[in-house]
Amino acid sequence: MEREKVIYARNLEKRFGDFIAVNKISFEVESGEIFGFLGANGAGKTTAMRMLSGLSIPSSGEALVAGFDVYKFPEKIKQNIGYMSQKFSLYEDLTVRENIHFFSGIYGLSKQEIERRGKEMIEKLGLEKEADKLVRDLPLGWKQKLAFSVAILHEPKLVFLDEPTSGVDPVTRRQFWDLIYDASDKGITVFITTHYMDEAEYCDRISIMVDGVIEAMDSPFKLKQHFGVTSMDEVFQILARQAKRSDN
Amino acid sequence: MSAVELEHIVKTYQDGGVTAVKDFSLKVNEGELFGLIGPDGAGKTTIFRILTTLILADSGRASVNGYDVVEDYNEIRKRVGYMPGRFSLYQDLTVAENLHFFATVFKTTIEENYDMIRDIYEQIEPFKDRRAGKLSGGMKQKLALCCALIHKPEVLFLDEPTTGVDAVSRKEFWQMLDQLKKHGITMLVSTPYMDEAVRCDRIALMQQGSILAMDSPEQLVRSFSGKLYQAKSEQKHRLLKDLRKHPQVVDTYSFGEYLHLRTSNDSKEVLEALKQELLVQGHEQLVMEECAPTIEDCFIRLLNQE
Repeated sequence: MEREKVIYARNLEKRFGDFIAVNKISFEVESGEIFGFLGANGAGKTTAMRMLSGLSIPSSGEALVAGFDVYKFPEKIKQNIGYMSQKFSLYEDLTVRENIHFFSGIYGLSKQEIERRGKEMIEKLGLEKEADKLVRDLPLGWKQKLAFSVAILHEPKLVFLDEPTSGVDPVTRRQFWDLIYDASDKGITVFITTHYMDEAEYCDRISIMVDGVIEAMDSPFKLKQHFGVTSMDEVFQILARQAKRSDN
Repeated sequence: MSAVELEHIVKTYQDGGVTAVKDFSLKVNEGELFGLIGPDGAGKTTIFRILTTLILADSGRASVNGYDVVEDYNEIRKRVGYMPGRFSLYQDLTVAENLHFFATVFKTTIEENYDMIRDIYEQIEPFKDRRAGKLSGGMKQKLALCCALIHKPEVLFLDEPTTGVDAVSRKEFWQMLDQLKKHGITMLVSTPYMDEAVRCDRIALMQQGSILAMDSPEQLVRSFSGKLYQAKSEQKHRLLKDLRKHPQVVDTYSFGEYLHLRTSNDSKEVLEALKQELLVQGHEQLVMEECAPTIEDCFIRLLNQE
């Protein structure tokens, strides 16, 4: 059985005046897949992600996200995805519990659901002792794990993670990836950017953008085979070194 | 004399509520490229701010090239270069204006110390009339480095110069530091990327304000006791789960293409038995072999011992 396509993009393009930030990219991402979206600084990753999450209207091309057209139903897309950025996406001066309740409310969960899921999440993350502490006072790694859990609390079909592990210690970084695998097992599609090349190896499939174009897209294994190298870092170095652009 | 010396430095914030640095001691030799390696919250920026005389420690002593950070702060300010983690140049001055400004502040000229920055400045010279705020991330970084070097500092402090930068630009940046080393300048640089640690002469692995270990990268890796194995199979995530459940496996975690693991004793028999069990559990294309530890393996082990 063919798996559901959660992202479908055909010749998707974004121009800012004369500048072509994203140059007719085409790709598909299937349900439950962990898709690594890599590229040099300024390659167009952020612009592409903004179009796919309904925040920016494309200049041309087609895209369906979670089954909705990016031109016609950007609001529907926002309801059906989760998003977490490298910059922290929770309220620093609310407690852990308050943040969970706040976002549950935003996503329109019922009172009982909010209680139940909040309790579940705090237990799963082992934050029982910290539940009533301000988020500001948590170590970065814990904040990021919490932010991710909050981003998928409404069980979206797809979650966008923009450099979620930047500056996180190596043990917590791996715990974060455990959460990603759990989400993927539940059928949530994970669309992730990272500068850690070891994390590129953890993805099911990788695309590498250079100067607005997707230069390569495949499983880490096949990419390494294709370029005759032994690590994703080498693949990235080969492709991204050709970049003419370095703007961001 | 050490180029940088910290003795029992303690720094707390919020009236003692948050401890940023705990009893921190460190010596950096003249001409050394020394790395502070650790995640956010390790205390790296606090150390830089104490050494550049921007904040005072609660207790302890610190000096740069023999000058005390409290008594002789004016001498230190003349002699060090500092590239903070956040881009701190004047966004509405051009590239050339920023450089000129910093040269003037330090009572020197661009011409006088041009040899120090030539290799780096030539890369941004085509954009010398562009406002700093309009530069790309990589170019901002190069300009910031030039401005930190224009007065020919004796010691250069670089706070996370490669954070948020792509893997290609990161490599380029470290090549620039290698070039600078030839000028004999002492450098203290911080990074959360473990793979950059090997570019330093010596490193301190840091976590929550403390030093977990300090040595040359080669020596740290050599002191990793016991055997480390790498493993992979067709279903990597299931392999990780199965290994975690296994009583003979002490520690296991993802490591790029492979998983890394240690066993309760390093005998061949244990490894063979483990392999057999995994094959029985249906793992295909199973590979399991001894491998060389990296700095990241050392760091993970130290964190787990905490």
